[in-house]
Amino acid sequence: MRPRAGTSDDAAEATWLARLRRSFREPRLNRGQVLAGILCGLLAFAAVVQIRARDAGSQLAGARESDLVVILDGVTGQAERLEDERRDLQSAKERLEFGADREQAALEQATERATTLGILAGTLAAKGPGVRLTIQDPAGKVDADTLLNALQELRDAGAEAIQLNAVRLVASTDFLDVASGGILVDGTRIQAPYTFLVIGDPDTVATALDIPGGVLDVLAERDATGEVSKRPDVRVDAVRAPDPMPNSRASRSERGQ
Amino acid sequence: MIAAIGLFIGVLAGLLVQPTVPLWLQPYLPIAVVAALDAVFGGLRAWFEGVFDDKVFVVSFVANVVIAAFVVFLGDQLGVGGQLSTGVVVVFGIRIFANAAAIRRHIFHA
Repeated sequence: MRPRAGTSDDAAEATWLARLRRSFREPRLNRGQVLAGILCGLLAFAAVVQIRARDAGSQLAGARESDLVVILDGVTGQAERLEDERRDLQSAKERLEFGADREQAALEQATERATTLGILAGTLAAKGPGVRLTIQDPAGKVDADTLLNALQELRDAGAEAIQLNAVRLVASTDFLDVASGGILVDGTRIQAPYTFLVIGDPDTVATALDIPGGVLDVLAERDATGEVSKRPDVRVDAVRAPDPMPNSRASRSERGQ
Repeated sequence: MIAAIGLFIGVLAGLLVQPTVPLWLQPYLPIAVVAALDAVFGGLRAWFEGVFDDKVFVVSFVANVVIAAFVVFLGDQLGVGGQLSTGVVVVFGIRIFANAAAIRRHIFHA
């Protein structure tokens, strides 16, 4: 649209407001005007539709092929990066889990060892199947030697935890005869009847006590009686404080780790 | 003026009808709107200068829209659709600015 030659701008400026008012008061209804009106209407309609389409619809549906290729490349690259990241995280998780499992296994092992050693050292109470050996000593002939012998036989039969009256018997236990009667076990005086609470395989222990020349026979020689009863649930509740060991230290080599 | 009334009716129709744009039309509609906008601004400037001719307006409107759509279509076929579309929009933008500046000078004398 270029102005036709010869038209002065000033004349047009002076009257545009007046022309505007005049056109509103007396609209000219010829074909050209109507067509112009229709085209303006079309433009407004299309503009509004386009604006709403942009708001609502997906941009991808109307995009060009080259744009779509670029978008696809971007998305593929992102997917690859995320896949790598996922793999890294997966392996990290496995490392941590495996590490945690190993830690857990080591912890369980250590706890088991501590329990076993505690039972052996007499610092932990124990329970399990076993045998109860009750020794009646009417003649008073049962001495420290007899009890020590009985203890040894029980150990040989595979006893794991042993309690005599109220004293826990361990590797360092000693028996002493007391002149006035009774026996000193690890410094604790006990008297008849002597009751051994033994945790171990009931059949093995009971059989071992009964063999010819075994504990029961020795007791019979001393006019004492021994009563053996197998129990499925023996409780060895007596415990002892761990012995102080001022001289020995653990040496570096640890077998059985 | 009939044109102003037409504009108004068109806006109302667009808001009320809310049609969905067909897929084949979607890349071309914005270009067509910008081209038509250039024609309208040109017509407005002509009216301010007192030389508005409806026949010239109609022809320029239709020609702008058709040529712009054709150029963009050609660009798509050649594989430079994005660039040509940008170019068309830039050119029409420049023309709209020029017409708007002339109109501004008419209204504000500045």
